[in-house]
Amino acid sequence: MATHSPTDAVATSASAPDAPTRRQATLTRNGRTIGMVWQRELIRLRRTPTRIITGLAQPIIFLFILGAGLGSLIQQGVPGGLDYQEFLFPGILSMSIITSALFSAVSIVWDREFGFMREMLVAPVSRTSIVLGKALGGGTVAVVQGLILVVAAPIVGVDLTVGRLLLLILSLLLLAYAMTAFGIVLATRIERMESFQMVMTLVLQPLIFLSGALFPLQNLPTWLSVITHLNPATYAVDLVRRSVLPDAPAVEIDGWVVPMWTEALLVLAIGTALLALAVRLFNRTD
Amino acid sequence: MPPAPTGPDPVTDSASAPAVEVEHLVKRFGDFTAVDDVSFTVAPGELFGFLGPNGAGKTTTISMLCTLLSASAGQARVDGYDITTQRDEVRASIGLVFQDLTLDDYLTAEENLRFHAVMYGVPRSQVAERMMPLLDMVGLTERRAQQVRFFSGGMKRRLEIARGLIHAPRVLFLDEPTIGLDPQTRAHIWDYVDELRCRESTTMFLTTHYMDEAERCDRIAIIDQGRIVAIDTPAALKAAVGADTVTFATADDALAARQLQDAFGVEVVGQNGGLVVRVPDGEEFVPRAFGVLTVGVQSVSVRRPSLDDVFIKFTGRAIRDAEAGAGDQFKMNPMVRGFRRG
Repeated sequence: MATHSPTDAVATSASAPDAPTRRQATLTRNGRTIGMVWQRELIRLRRTPTRIITGLAQPIIFLFILGAGLGSLIQQGVPGGLDYQEFLFPGILSMSIITSALFSAVSIVWDREFGFMREMLVAPVSRTSIVLGKALGGGTVAVVQGLILVVAAPIVGVDLTVGRLLLLILSLLLLAYAMTAFGIVLATRIERMESFQMVMTLVLQPLIFLSGALFPLQNLPTWLSVITHLNPATYAVDLVRRSVLPDAPAVEIDGWVVPMWTEALLVLAIGTALLALAVRLFNRTD
Repeated sequence: MPPAPTGPDPVTDSASAPAVEVEHLVKRFGDFTAVDDVSFTVAPGELFGFLGPNGAGKTTTISMLCTLLSASAGQARVDGYDITTQRDEVRASIGLVFQDLTLDDYLTAEENLRFHAVMYGVPRSQVAERMMPLLDMVGLTERRAQQVRFFSGGMKRRLEIARGLIHAPRVLFLDEPTIGLDPQTRAHIWDYVDELRCRESTTMFLTTHYMDEAERCDRIAIIDQGRIVAIDTPAALKAAVGADTVTFATADDALAARQLQDAFGVEVVGQNGGLVVRVPDGEEFVPRAFGVLTVGVQSVSVRRPSLDDVFIKFTGRAIRDAEAGAGDQFKMNPMVRGFRRG
């Protein structure tokens, strides 16, 4: 009952001879609010540089230490003739995006705890605008953090052409979109900061470990193979990997190589469903 | 639904529609009734106060009027808009200053104001010209580019007041705006409020449990355990209590008491080492008392009835005792919990 579409507002007002003008004003206000919420996430990121540094530390450790260590173990390389570190690189990019996109939703829990949420909730803007602004902001922050890692590509032997880079950015955007929406869904259900941290850790590890980000999905035991194929993140990670490493082994379902555009559509669809759910949950308040 | 006026009111009988109109408003949390059948009106331009102990239902009422909580029963209109069916219109008409801060610490003062202006649809071209005088008024012009986390509590509150005004609200709700602030800052904030009323004639709806703040209101409603027990101008409420309190300290209290009793037929009570007499007009009584007293008087004081006395008269206890008694679980601002699973 807390949802207010502009049309509702106009229909219920006592006198509405200027309805189109008012609808226009409401749209403008909501549009500007989305932009402002988005901008606020970026301002906050810029003012907390430790967040950027800690966000980069984990992927770098994984890429160079785990990558070098395990890489020396896997002498014959990865299917597709890839060096392990090379294989790992897009996986680590994905891991970084998944982590920071999910965690970006902490700002919702944070805002609620420190009162700023109320400032937004009492404003005459729709809650949908607030969620969209948050999703855009979280997604942007995640992609920015992910792209910083791209400078490591040549070090681990990944060749980036302009075309591949553009494809990579698109894949990362899709992944960030879906994961930010997922994060917001979780954030609307969680009231306290501590619980948010715990739930995130609980969700993140299986999501990443079962996605093919860290090891190839070929030749796995059946049970593990089934689970990884059920994990939606698998297709997003595969999309990211194949956009920079065309020779990488692709996800197959029963011998069918899933095309990249199918993966992209799947991620887009899941992200949109999650975002719709986030809006619904966020609107259901009192 | 034509609003049925709950009764003639001297202040709201003017031609203009009331700024706030509340009819039989109820809010229940489970078995607990936080606001119990409350009705009142606030006239445009009025400074209206809600006085009561913590947990009396002041914040819950404001939360409903601000559309942050839905009412369990009854209805209300703010600036002519229904709080249930016209939430967006209500929200656009009001400004809010909460008892808990709702600023973003990592934004600068200016960014906080700008963010607010955007959400309330202040045209881009007007933001700066509205912001600067307000920053000036609350004395934060020089700190405008600084992040709010470096501000003191008083500065933050002043910024919140400026923010609540940037979209030129018709009704400004101030929920315990000075709670936890030092006396100097409180005085400053009241200067701003007075100035604003002169300049903008904004309707103000205030909650407080400070008596001196309630004194400044045009009218106050005394609220206790979710009910309005009295509503009128501070002067009228105090007049309803009646007597002034005159306290004498004399060389011989027993004799003095007898003399006063004999001469005026008043009841004299010994209290705190002095004699206390309650009379309708204390200032007029003192010279007459001196006429009959033969003992030496060391000091005399006249105290007019305070809103404290009013509170005691209507609720049977002092506001501080009421506070200790009221469970603090609902003092915890219901608005903070505004957004959880529905």
